[in-house]
Amino acid sequence: MIYMIEDTINGILMGSIYGLTALGLTIIFGVLKVINFAHGSLLMVGMYAAYWAVALTGLHPYLTLVLVVPVMFVFGYYLQDIVIQPIFRAEKNVREPITVIIVTTGVWYILDNLTLLVFGPHYRTIQVNPLRGRMLEIGGLMISVPKLWGFVSAMVAAAAVYVFLQRTRMGRAIRATSLDRDAASLMGINPYKVYNVAFGIGTATAGIAAVTLVPFYNVFPTVGVLFDIKGFIIVVLGGLGSIGGAILGGIIIGLIESVGPQFMTATWTEAIVYGLFLLVLFVKPAGLFGVKYDW
Amino acid sequence: MSFLEVKNIDVFYDDVQVIFDLSLTVREGEVVSIIGGNGAGKSTLLRTLSGLMQAASGEILFEGRGIQAAPPEEIVERGIVHVPEGRRLFTLMTVRDNLEVGAYNRRAAPHLHRTLEEVYTLLPRLAERQAQIAMTLSGGEQQMVAIGRGLMAKPKLLLLDEPSLGLAPILIKSIFETVRKIADQGTTVLLVEQDVHHSLSLSDRGYVLEHGRIVMEGPAGELLADPHIKSAYLGI
Repeated sequence: MIYMIEDTINGILMGSIYGLTALGLTIIFGVLKVINFAHGSLLMVGMYAAYWAVALTGLHPYLTLVLVVPVMFVFGYYLQDIVIQPIFRAEKNVREPITVIIVTTGVWYILDNLTLLVFGPHYRTIQVNPLRGRMLEIGGLMISVPKLWGFVSAMVAAAAVYVFLQRTRMGRAIRATSLDRDAASLMGINPYKVYNVAFGIGTATAGIAAVTLVPFYNVFPTVGVLFDIKGFIIVVLGGLGSIGGAILGGIIIGLIESVGPQFMTATWTEAIVYGLFLLVLFVKPAGLFGVKYDW
Repeated sequence: MSFLEVKNIDVFYDDVQVIFDLSLTVREGEVVSIIGGNGAGKSTLLRTLSGLMQAASGEILFEGRGIQAAPPEEIVERGIVHVPEGRRLFTLMTVRDNLEVGAYNRRAAPHLHRTLEEVYTLLPRLAERQAQIAMTLSGGEQQMVAIGRGLMAKPKLLLLDEPSLGLAPILIKSIFETVRKIADQGTTVLLVEQDVHHSLSLSDRGYVLEHGRIVMEGPAGELLADPHIKSAYLGI
């Protein structure tokens, strides 16, 4: 029984981190209307940034947030501005230009292989790690401290993004653009700039996820791919473009992965995850928390 | 110097020419109607004025400066605000949020709260509905939001594309009364309409657009009395 509770807690914690990795994906999709295939690679870039920040400065891993988040925001902003935006301009009259998806796939390959070239294929873990293997014991329950912090960051990041979108001038402009790009530009909003900002925010949240992963996860060039596929499943499950949906979708996946092995061989949990994914697509294609009238 | 001066523009959708060598002028403080049937090029003309489309040739001068190559957001900042056909509200946002987005441009943003009050005074219905999601409003209310959102941008020249489209006769009347009020408060209005009778009745001047060309222009009263207009547009 105690294992059951522990697994449930662990599932929720790890799931919220999955949700955090998917958060940026859902934001970018919600605004640009295209799936960003490079998202896992952005997470990977964030993990390398956090890794090197710790390795070079000896900072506490979580303190690297102050460095990684702004760097990732700027990286995402200009990635969209310089690489992706020209395609959007060329396909002005297409609402969901498929060519952009191909460009993001190109970005994925370039980033992954560039990292492989520069840093090599080694698995890296941070050496100065005050969090390694740290456990919190509550009434006989063992809870991983870095995962707990991951959970907290996921909740704070999701809430912050939500409040930003609801309450600020730029947030309203982002929502307006996501609902009707032409009408937004008639209100004086430059949609391409909104795309830059949305991509920047999506990349910055991948940076937050990266920082929370680095204390207990290996860093290597293709680490993003693992989270990419989970991310796609999560956003479809939760509803493309839905912030709450991303977090809850992540927690559902985390719970299946963590509690499932109590009842079956661990490999079967994957079948359940994909089975649920298909079921949602059949029954409620807009996702559990998605809105049908998104546009 | 004219307020808005359109000189010999040609506009295409890909290979198809929709507007041919069109010229018109709007003076400050006027209400000008553009009338014409479906596919005459009325909406295309407004889309070109607001920068959503670009004229292939010709010039568009607003307050003496060329705007034919400017993007929509820059044109809004200059003071031309386009309320598009079919309302195009931000459907999943509240009425209040829709209005606030209207005041996004740099010229209007500092006056947001005062403009909001003015819009609520002009359209009191919107104040009652401000927390409601735009999609759930009736057609007439949605049109009010669209007009209110346009006013939030503090237009010098307001372009209205078929504000009466799809509305019940009683609502059409109230929409046109609102347009009249907006004009009386000093905003110049360029109105595109299929409801020729109502739009010419409240306008100073009118242009008749057929197959992408201006075929007739003049004071609104004269156009209303014209035999061609009577037979083609008013069915009299």
